[in-house]
Amino acid sequence: MSIIVEHVSKTFGNYRALDDVSLTVNDGELVALLGPSGSGKTTLLRIIAGLEIPDEAENSAIYFHGEDVARRQVGKRQVGFVFQHYALFKHLSVFENIAFGLRVRPRHLRPTNQQIHDKVTELLRLIQLEGLGRRYPSQLSGGQRQRVALARALAIEPKVLLLDEPFGALDAKVRQGLRNWLRRLHDELHVTSILVTHDQEEALEVADRVVVMNQAKIEQVGTPAEVFHHPASEFVIDFLGNVNVFHGRIEQGKAVLSGLAVGDRAAGKSAAASEIRQSHLYVRPHELEIERHLNGSPAIPALVSRINPAGAFAKIALTTNEGGDIQVDLPLERYEQLGLRQGETVFVSAKKARVFTPDYVI
Amino acid sequence: MATTAKSRRATNDPLWLRILLIGLSIGFVSVLLVLPLVVVFAEAFRAGVGTYFASLNNPAAWRAIRLTLLAAGISVPLNLVFGVAASWAIAKFDFPGKSFLITLIDLPFAVSPVISGLIYVLLFGLQGYFGKLLAAYNIEIIFAVPGIVLATVFVTFPFVARELIPLMQEQGDEEEQAALSLGASGLQTFWRVTLPNIKWGLLYGVILCNARAMGEFGAVSVVAGHRGSTNTIPLYVEVLYNGWNAPAAFTMASILALLGLVTLAAKTYLEWKVNQQLHDTLEPTTAEATV
Repeated sequence: MSIIVEHVSKTFGNYRALDDVSLTVNDGELVALLGPSGSGKTTLLRIIAGLEIPDEAENSAIYFHGEDVARRQVGKRQVGFVFQHYALFKHLSVFENIAFGLRVRPRHLRPTNQQIHDKVTELLRLIQLEGLGRRYPSQLSGGQRQRVALARALAIEPKVLLLDEPFGALDAKVRQGLRNWLRRLHDELHVTSILVTHDQEEALEVADRVVVMNQAKIEQVGTPAEVFHHPASEFVIDFLGNVNVFHGRIEQGKAVLSGLAVGDRAAGKSAAASEIRQSHLYVRPHELEIERHLNGSPAIPALVSRINPAGAFAKIALTTNEGGDIQVDLPLERYEQLGLRQGETVFVSAKKARVFTPDYVI
Repeated sequence: MATTAKSRRATNDPLWLRILLIGLSIGFVSVLLVLPLVVVFAEAFRAGVGTYFASLNNPAAWRAIRLTLLAAGISVPLNLVFGVAASWAIAKFDFPGKSFLITLIDLPFAVSPVISGLIYVLLFGLQGYFGKLLAAYNIEIIFAVPGIVLATVFVTFPFVARELIPLMQEQGDEEEQAALSLGASGLQTFWRVTLPNIKWGLLYGVILCNARAMGEFGAVSVVAGHRGSTNTIPLYVEVLYNGWNAPAAFTMASILALLGLVTLAAKTYLEWKVNQQLHDTLEPTTAEATV
């Protein structure tokens, strides 16, 4: 089922949590709302669920499959909501937790005990917790609890699955496992899902599309590859992984900063090409190259201050003459080939870089 | 176990201090609590079991017991309903005047019971604000059973709410939200989720409330007006004692003490039960190992 959110705002007292946000989620899609805490992502999710009421506005609306649900209460929206801290019913067994949504149905819609039993057993198999139905939530690990919460949400056969930082309270290893499992589950069930997370890795790995949010607004919507490789704003590139920021200016369509020039190919693309502007240049650590000698291409001299070769890349920290820090990720082969040592002075050049000025992108 | 022996050596205070502290607390408890309790029963039975039951076999005694149970029987359910409603409102909603409401709930704790009794006399007594109106309809509140119930309700007002507010605040409302999102109605959410989560705290509050309702003296004394027909057990004990009838006074006192002891036993059982539940939740299980 598709979800369309139009011009939704939410204010808590004096605090603007959502500012005129519009979003479309296609049928069967898994979308991640990604952003730092306070960006409004959870508020947006709770408004879609019906757990929060958006501010009154004439053009504001929420459509589920073309139907306006803005006035509909949470229980009538047929959404499965998974809470960050599970919110399992402590006094009920795992089985009864999952059965809850079926047992509270009005009598004429309520399945028989046998049907409920079959349904719960099937869901227990789906979350790989067969045989643990008699346990209580307190007797389960965090990962198991979250899977029970998911099964409980799925039991009512929701048209939309909403997950609020579902793996936020779990440790890294469990998180990775559950993330993969959730993706496989989604591929099986194809229920339209929205996942809230502040973990960019999680969002990029699991989602079909990522919605990057910041300060009550949506910064960018796109596939993981789009937002990672073609970030629409300084915030997006900064939030999605490590990035080096160089201060410089734009001169005739080139970004220029102390000896480093990037982006000639963009020259002439903009009417403002002849202008000189102050600007920031963003380069990811793996997009920088280290040379021992100047080879004609623009480069910045810098001192190797720390080397960490434990990982897929060798992480090199350098300091420029002006005292700025640069982070470079070198492939291990290249690192070994260079034979870098701490305290050496080398030259850093950029293979690729991004510039953001208010209305100007190279 | 070796580990406990070791940690005992490392963390405990010297032996003389431990003996002193334990001795002091046992001494105080014996002199101030256990001894009077023993004396109450000893005095009650001093003249023999026959006299004990003889002083019980008296219409005035039974009237006092009935009235005490009636006052408790009305005020406890009333305060249970009020306590759940108030703590629900305070813990789960934000509204202006919330902290004022919490302060108001504490009022009966802060004000001397005698004063609350006097306020009711002032309001509903013959010379009081509503006195004429009530007299016109021939309704008796002060110096009658309704006044006693009213005073008891007032004095025991905070017990259930005070017990539930911190509990419900701590639990938050995520489970209720989960229930609602699963399609449960408000009433279903209350019966199936909220009530089971607060049941032990609620019972504990009810037991404390009941103990106070049966034992209240000050407020009830003012509104009862020293008529024979409006004596509760505590009031009757005083009447007997002042009338130099010590054996009967102690007999009634022993009844009250017995009711108190039953309450205490119930409370202890509940605490044990709650601790056990807490223990269950904190107990690491084998499940932790398998994700």
